[in-house]
Formats: sequence, C-alpha cells, structure tokens
Amino acid sequence: MTAITRAEVEHLARLARLQLSADELDHYAGQLDVILQSVARVAEVTADDIPPTSHPIPVENVYREDVARPGLDRAEIAAGAPAWQDDRFRVPRILDEE
Amino acid sequence: MAVMEGDLVRQEAAVLARAIAEGEVSAEEVTRAHLDRIEAVDERVHAFLQVTGDAALETARAVDRKRSEGAHLGPLAGVPIAVKDVLTMRGVPTTCGSRVLEGWRPPYDSAVVERLRAADMVILGKTNMDEFAMGSSTEHSAYGPTHNPWDLDRIPGGSGGGSAAALASFEAPLAIGSDTGGSIRQPAAVTGTVGVKPTYGGVSRYGLIALASSLDQAGPCARTVMDTALLHAAIAGHDARDSTSISAPVPDVVAAAQRGDVRGMKIGLVKELGGDGYQAGVSQRFNEAVEILTSLGAEVVEVSCPNFEYALAAYYLILPSEASSNLARFDGMRYGLRVGDDGQHSVEEVMALTREAGFGAEVKRRIMIGTYALSSGYYDAYYGQAQKVRTLITRDFNAAFEKVDVLISPTAPTTAFKIGDKVDDPIAMYLNDIATIPVNLAGNTAMSLPVGLAPEDGLPVGLQIMAPPMADDRLYLVGSALEEALVDRWGHLLIEEAPAL
Repeated sequence: MTAITRAEVEHLARLARLQLSADELDHYAGQLDVILQSVARVAEVTADDIPPTSHPIPVENVYREDVARPGLDRAEIAAGAPAWQDDRFRVPRILDEE
Repeated sequence: MAVMEGDLVRQEAAVLARAIAEGEVSAEEVTRAHLDRIEAVDERVHAFLQVTGDAALETARAVDRKRSEGAHLGPLAGVPIAVKDVLTMRGVPTTCGSRVLEGWRPPYDSAVVERLRAADMVILGKTNMDEFAMGSSTEHSAYGPTHNPWDLDRIPGGSGGGSAAALASFEAPLAIGSDTGGSIRQPAAVTGTVGVKPTYGGVSRYGLIALASSLDQAGPCARTVMDTALLHAAIAGHDARDSTSISAPVPDVVAAAQRGDVRGMKIGLVKELGGDGYQAGVSQRFNEAVEILTSLGAEVVEVSCPNFEYALAAYYLILPSEASSNLARFDGMRYGLRVGDDGQHSVEEVMALTREAGFGAEVKRRIMIGTYALSSGYYDAYYGQAQKVRTLITRDFNAAFEKVDVLISPTAPTTAFKIGDKVDDPIAMYLNDIATIPVNLAGNTAMSLPVGLAPEDGLPVGLQIMAPPMADDRLYLVGSALEEALVDRWGHLLIEEAPAL
C-alpha cells in the first residue's frame, strides 16, 4: 500500500467536510499513514471465495405495522435547532458564488 | 434491617431493591445517599457530565408513593442508575462527549431509558465517555477525562469510563454502557467491576447515538454478576423501532446468575488471546482463575481461533467506515453546534467549519480513515477485505463453540495506564481492545468480571467470558460461579479493596 500524502489528507478532509488547519494536516498525514499501514494486513488472509459479512445477524425486510404514531414535539425540535425561522430550520445559502 | 446498618452507597442493587420494597429504607433516602456521594467525590473522579438530582429525587418519591399505595414494584424499583451519555434522554443534555452536541436536549427517550423508567429505576445522570464512543480511556471526551477510582492518575478505560468509574467510586450501584469494540468490558476490567455486552440485537439501539451500527450494543454494568443480570433483564428484549432487534425471548440471565454452576461445562481458552503482549500480572490472575474454574468442575481446553489475529485490523476499517457515514448527520443544520453562519459562508462551508470546531482529534482521524476506506479504488482493498475477515472470525467462533460452551481470555492486555500515556498514539490505544473486538465483529455476547489485582501494580484485572449469540445466560452461569469462588477466597468483593476517596 502506498503512503498517504498531505495532499491526500487535504482531499479526504474536504470529502468529509472537515475544514482542517495546516497544523492538523501535517499531524494527521503521519498518523493516518501509520494506521492505514497497520490495517492493510486484512489483505493477507482473504481469498475470493469468502463471502463478506456486513452485519453479524442476517436480517432483511423487517417491517412493522403501518399504524399512525405520535411524532416528536415540534417545539422541542425547534428549541434544539441551531437556527429556526418562520417555523422552519433556517440554513445558510446553498449555492456557492462560483 | 441489615441494609440500614451499612453505608447505602456500598450496597448491591439487589439488596437495595429488596430493602426499598420491604420498606426498610425509602427510595428517596437511597437516592439522596448517592447524590451526596457524587457531590463528595465526583469533582475528583469526573464520572458524570450531567447530574439530574431533582428529577432523580422526584422519581424516587414517586416510587415510595407507589409502594405506600400497595402497587407492585419491579425487582429494581427505586434503585439509582447512571446512564452513559450516548443514550438520548428527553429534555436532558445529551452530548456523546462531543462539543458538537453541547447543550442539545433530545426530544425523545432512547429505548433503554424508557425501559429504566418503566422499571421504576432512578436515573442519577449522564456519564462521561470518549467522544462518540471512540476511545479506550475516556481521554477523548471533549469535557475532560474521567479518573480511575483505584488511582486517580490513571484512566478508567473507555469509551464507557464514566459508567465504570461511577460504579467503582460507589456513586451508583448500576450503570448503562455501550460496547462497539469493548467499551463496556475494558472499563469494567480496569476498574474492578462487571460489564456485559449482550448479543447483538439483544438490547434495542433506538436512541443509542450510532458509532458503528453493525457493532454497537448497549448493555449492563454493575459491581456484581447478579446485579448485572437484573439490569440485563430490565433492558433487553425486542423493540420494533430497531430493525436489528431480535424477536425472541431474552435468555434467563437472572436464573443463570442465581444458579452459578460450571460443573460439566467445557470452557475454551483462546490461544491467540494471551501470552506475549499481556502484562505478567494479568496473565497470572487469569491463570489462577482458570485453575478455580477447573476446581469447580469445568473442563478447560485450549482452543485456537487463528483469524482473531486479523480482528483488530478489520475492526479499524469497519468501524471508521460506518462511523464516517453515521457522523455525517452532525452537519450543524438541525441540531447541535453551528459555526460560521455569517450570511457569507455557504452551507457546505458552514458544515466544514462546524465539524472542524465540533469534533475532536480522534473523531477526525476515524472519519478520515473511514472516508478513505470507502472511496472508490480503495473500497475492495480495505472495507471489502475487512468484511471477509469478519466472516472468517465468525467461522472461528462457530468452530470453537462446536467444541466448548464458552470461551475465556483476559479482557484487556494490561491494567489501567496513566492518563496521557497513549492519548496521541492511536495504534497503542487501539491495542487495548485486542481481546474484546472479535466478539463485536461476530455479534456474540461477552462479560468481563474482576479476578484480582496484578501483583506488580495493585490494579484490577478482568477475565472475559464469551458465548454464542443468544446464549447470554451462559456468561452468568460461569461468571456467577467464578465470582462466588473468588469472594470465598478473598472474604469480600474485589471492589472493597479500592482505596477510599
């Protein structure tokens, strides 16, 4: 496995919506590389005929009765919102300048 | 009137519940004693992020009223309990140890909290944890570390260090933890307490703030095996709001704890979880416990689980992958922190600024590892391979459980280390969970219970018992027998040897 560069960390941070500082990029570049090298050994043991496990207990199509249930309290949700206006969540502009 | 003679905070939950039901002591007196204890020692221990004293006293008085009116009380009615801050509690700040949720008051109760309320238990407050349960020391809490009551300069384990420390400092007789890779069991081991990770799907995850959804499981923590069983029975069972909740009767863990018998049982000692890398005193106390189990009538054999060697690597791919996805919800739009909302920054910039300010170093590390492991071009090599390892580990367990009833190992490779020793060395920190992780990957159930103090440092050592899915009762059968034999030998529970604070 190839070493992970500072530029790659910057790219990952952007994908993960983390506005990292320059110091953090330096710090994490070294640490992520060490971690990824140590976990890359999962490649050693596996063969193609081993099915992947995504979940410890296989369950599918779990349904519950389609009955109306009370929702959460609007006032409590509003109280927990970072910004609330006109009975809705207020969010920053969604379009970039470019 | 035995309970009235002793210090209320040192009593077992089962004893307190009986005394409350029989009117020897009121639930309010029991609650006050624990709140006073928290007031006296928590400044030094820092087990709690939030103490809900008024609500606790109100609940306690309601239990006392119920009793005086002749209503039937459950087996833990009136008993105080501490709840890990990973579980939502309506109207009570729930932070998950993170700045990103500072001050957030959930609009709903988690399923576990609902069950505790239905059992008439008294919730004392929310306990400290590594941020979003990522850590093995509670040092990654945004609100400062919890201190181990055995030595305040040492870690109480993690991520559920707050719950374990609350038990070990006699602030609460019962606590709730959550275990994704060992966060109930490893703190139990290093604080001389008992903790169980139930079978995956055994306890509802509704309202358990997700770290890694295929691994997370809430469970009971206490100072004795019987108390752990009583709490296990109170919180376990099917819940339609968690699609992975198991729709089957809960194994009778209380009856198993009452029976406590290993005669005729086959116990497998996992070859790969021991030896090199395990502290001498940990191995010594573990081996002594194995001798006790043999003397009690169990047949102990060595079992090999060759793929356990790869469990840590697989875990540190699967967990960050799931976490990077789960934690995408903390974007500063609907709840929690929002940073940079100045009319200039776009929504994406606000999200990135919020997450940068709201998440700590370990959370950022794991989000980036997960993002990397799930990106196209790397997915097959990392996440895909890790999922195959997961299959091999499950097969190792299946093969082992064809030969033995339970497996055992030390819970953690070392006793409690010093605060600060490993906080910026992720790999050293990850190794703490080497013996506990395989169980989460396979969805099994496991217990940690104290088996003595390591001679070299006088700190608690834990033994782990692992059982197949939905055989949680076997943990209690073995744990209770071993605990009884150890208490016979010591003349008291190990926790009685913890220094006075």
